[in-house]
Amino acid sequence: MHIPDGYLAPQTAIPLLVAAVPLLAVGVKKVGETVKKREVPVLAVGAAFSFVIMMFNLPIPGGSSAHAVGAVLLAILMGPWAAFVGVSVALIIQALVFGDGGVMAIGANCINIALVMSFVGYYVYRMIRGNADSTSGRAVVAAFLAGYVALNAAAFITALEFGSQYHLFQAADGTPLYFMYPLKVAIAAMMSEHLLLAGPVEGIVTSLGMLFVSRNYPEMLSRNMIAGGKNWGVDSHV
Amino acid sequence: MFRNYKALWLALGTLIILSPLGLLATGTAFGEWGLDELVEEVGFIPAGLEKLAEFWQHSLLPDYGIPGMDATFSQAAFGYIFSAMVGVILVSAAILILSKIAKD
Repeated sequence: MHIPDGYLAPQTAIPLLVAAVPLLAVGVKKVGETVKKREVPVLAVGAAFSFVIMMFNLPIPGGSSAHAVGAVLLAILMGPWAAFVGVSVALIIQALVFGDGGVMAIGANCINIALVMSFVGYYVYRMIRGNADSTSGRAVVAAFLAGYVALNAAAFITALEFGSQYHLFQAADGTPLYFMYPLKVAIAAMMSEHLLLAGPVEGIVTSLGMLFVSRNYPEMLSRNMIAGGKNWGVDSHV
Repeated sequence: MFRNYKALWLALGTLIILSPLGLLATGTAFGEWGLDELVEEVGFIPAGLEKLAEFWQHSLLPDYGIPGMDATFSQAAFGYIFSAMVGVILVSAAILILSKIAKD
């Protein structure tokens, strides 16, 4: 899902880059406001976890591959803004140091993968969990579905960016200049891979991550550990 | 940084060791074909794409590998684990710095 350089026209990639900068600035400000000092290591591990999870390529029948992102687990634990910042940091380092995703495309990738996933995942989780306890079975199911839906939302917006290039930017003889397939091909390819394989894996990663945290760090998840209820974790980052 | 979160760092370390599993999926993701793969995968190289594809040429560990060390699976696996470690260090350091900036 990391868009390389050249697949988006500069007319698409650069406005997305320009849009990502103030969004990230807001994100960093929100991290300062909502992430307590003792939670900073959790954000660091969470962002690093996202970096490593993206290295676990999953084979797709037909010779392609895809991967989970880990953004939704971070969004559930730390809030959507912190997850957006954390995953963006992972994506920027992947582009600069490891050539995974383009550098001109950093804005597009931060918006598609970090922003869309974190917010969609966070709100799907909150909606499905409702008032159930964060350590309940319902919360684990909510985490799975949030991961599934959010990764597919990211894949969908990536497919829209890809496919729109074909329709917008063609040479005089009609050959595409950047991404080379029409919208419906981009959507069909991206969505089949993520609906059937990478999405369920993101769901499993998210719910296993929640189980791991509730077993080892129940204080991160429980709402009423501290009198007054304003503990950290799920409910303190809105 | 580490004291209260041993289990989290241990889990991350385990994932780093297991990361070469990600090398078993050898196919390139949809829409991420390199210039060397486009002719085979797509049939041609779009003109605009060709001009921009090499826009950034300063990746020190391209494709999560150590340049020149890709002859065998174990070499690639070593480069992959090394890349995961470098990535984890860079990402967590960047988060610590950003959080510090955000707090001040």
